[in-house]
Amino acid sequence: MKTEKPKLSRSQIKQLKLKRKVIIWGVVVTMILVLSFFAPYFLPYDPLETNAAMMRKAPSLQHLFGTDNMGRDVLSRLLAGARTSIFATIMLVIISFFVGTVVGVICGYYGGALDDLVMRFTDILLSVPQLVLAIAVAGMLGGSLVNTMIAIGITSWTSYARLARSHAMRIRQLPFINACRLTGCSDAHIIITHVVPNLIGPMLVNATLEIGTTMLSIAGLSFLGLGVAPPTPEWGAMVSESRNYLQLAPWAVFAPASAILLTVMLFNYFGESVCDLASSKEA
Amino acid sequence: MLKYSLRRIIKLIPVLVAITLMVFTLMYLTPGDPALQKLTSQGGAVTPELLAMERHEMGLDRPFFVRYVDWVVNVAQGDFGNSFKDDQPVAVKLLKALGYTGALAAASTLFSVLIAIPIGVYTAIKKDSIFDNIVRVLTFTGNAMPNFLIALLLMFLFCIKVKFFPVIATASLKGMFLPTLALSIPMISRFARQTRADVMCQLSEEYVIGMHARGVKERIILFRNVLHNSLGSIITIVSLQIRVLIGGSVVTEMIFRWPGIGSLMMNSITARDYPVVQGAVLILSTLQVLINLLTDLSYYVIDKRISME
Repeated sequence: MKTEKPKLSRSQIKQLKLKRKVIIWGVVVTMILVLSFFAPYFLPYDPLETNAAMMRKAPSLQHLFGTDNMGRDVLSRLLAGARTSIFATIMLVIISFFVGTVVGVICGYYGGALDDLVMRFTDILLSVPQLVLAIAVAGMLGGSLVNTMIAIGITSWTSYARLARSHAMRIRQLPFINACRLTGCSDAHIIITHVVPNLIGPMLVNATLEIGTTMLSIAGLSFLGLGVAPPTPEWGAMVSESRNYLQLAPWAVFAPASAILLTVMLFNYFGESVCDLASSKEA
Repeated sequence: MLKYSLRRIIKLIPVLVAITLMVFTLMYLTPGDPALQKLTSQGGAVTPELLAMERHEMGLDRPFFVRYVDWVVNVAQGDFGNSFKDDQPVAVKLLKALGYTGALAAASTLFSVLIAIPIGVYTAIKKDSIFDNIVRVLTFTGNAMPNFLIALLLMFLFCIKVKFFPVIATASLKGMFLPTLALSIPMISRFARQTRADVMCQLSEEYVIGMHARGVKERIILFRNVLHNSLGSIITIVSLQIRVLIGGSVVTEMIFRWPGIGSLMMNSITARDYPVVQGAVLILSTLQVLINLLTDLSYYVIDKRISME
């Protein structure tokens, strides 16, 4: 007896493939997050311990990625810095996402003078080169991880706000919102139970796409010496500290720089797969 | 066209006012007393009397708004104040550095466009070919590369390993090559991806099928219609990238010691030379706003329908 396989249409198969991609990249990204979180507990050497006898040693079995200008083990610093670099990024994305969504939803839902004012303000923030403004702010505030995040956060919430606003404006006009109003629901109730759940999907897709860019911005600022204060290991700062010894110890520069590249690529792959899936569902 | 341009330029005024207000407030809120900084950065002992005198001379004892208006009026006349460090006019420093940054930005944008658009068009036509796949991997990597990694990698390969270029970029064509290349690589990646997507989108339009059916040559469809129709979004991505480019040039200029606005700004931040930082941020932001304006005007040139609204 023949057992017939359930036939899937071509678009269904395509969707399943896209879904599989999201799951694979999702697992990879989760693994990176978990590893970076626990990495500081499994370091081969103390990331802060300097050793004058082991300065700028090339990669070997003892020191897989070599040692930097102060004789510190690059691999240990890389692992210890993973948590700072990655979690600062994720935190910044979450905060910008939250602030942007709240502002955008309120502007889009109520409209009016407040909306005009906020949107003109975002126009201005968007018309200024982001990194330049961030450098100026971080330079004024002084170097620290929190200040770096503030400096980038000043402009990064605007893109979320604009997206949330445009969705909120669209949803506000749908018939079911009017029906809610007629039954006497308060604005707060409508926003929380009807508007937000309907726009959170596209907003999350946008957020996953933004992780890579945010990480590059943070790395750029800390490379310029506006991030964490020196001995603390952080990838951008590690490149910055070692770049004057590029000729003598290229590994101390390229190991953290490649770590940034790889992490950004993974997050971008993840973001793109989520985006593909979302747009295939819309179509 | 003239009316449209005028309307756009008038719209610019509130934006410029807001930018000056923002830059000024930023400096106003900066912790530390500029008078004290000026005196200490010039060296010498600081007495309270001297400080009070300096504060009065610099006009720091006046209210916020008076100082702001004063500053804007001066800036509008091209007077950005004097540097704390050497008392030289900031405007002169900025102008000199602007030339260097401008040359670098123009060269890298032009270079990226010239390389990326043919690649984008070709990969769109030969979709899923080997070349397309290679380009896809390369552009994806280029997109995720931190600016400093590209610059340091180029420096390592061409200045240290091969010794073909000087490590410190000199203001010559040869010295400009590596910084330009460093800025171009991420841009090429983004432009090529965008061009490919746009051209592919256009190729699936019905007018293309119609022209094919009428026997119009492939080349004519591609260059006369498809490319022309994709131009709008290509210009958009180029102008968006200029925003990233201005930021990225800070990092690249620092690495290659290119004497542009980016290095000037970074050095002034380290030296706490605030009038220079203020001037640099203002100049770069104004530049960005002007580029946005030019972008909007160019849409009109490409597509006359836009002026209707």
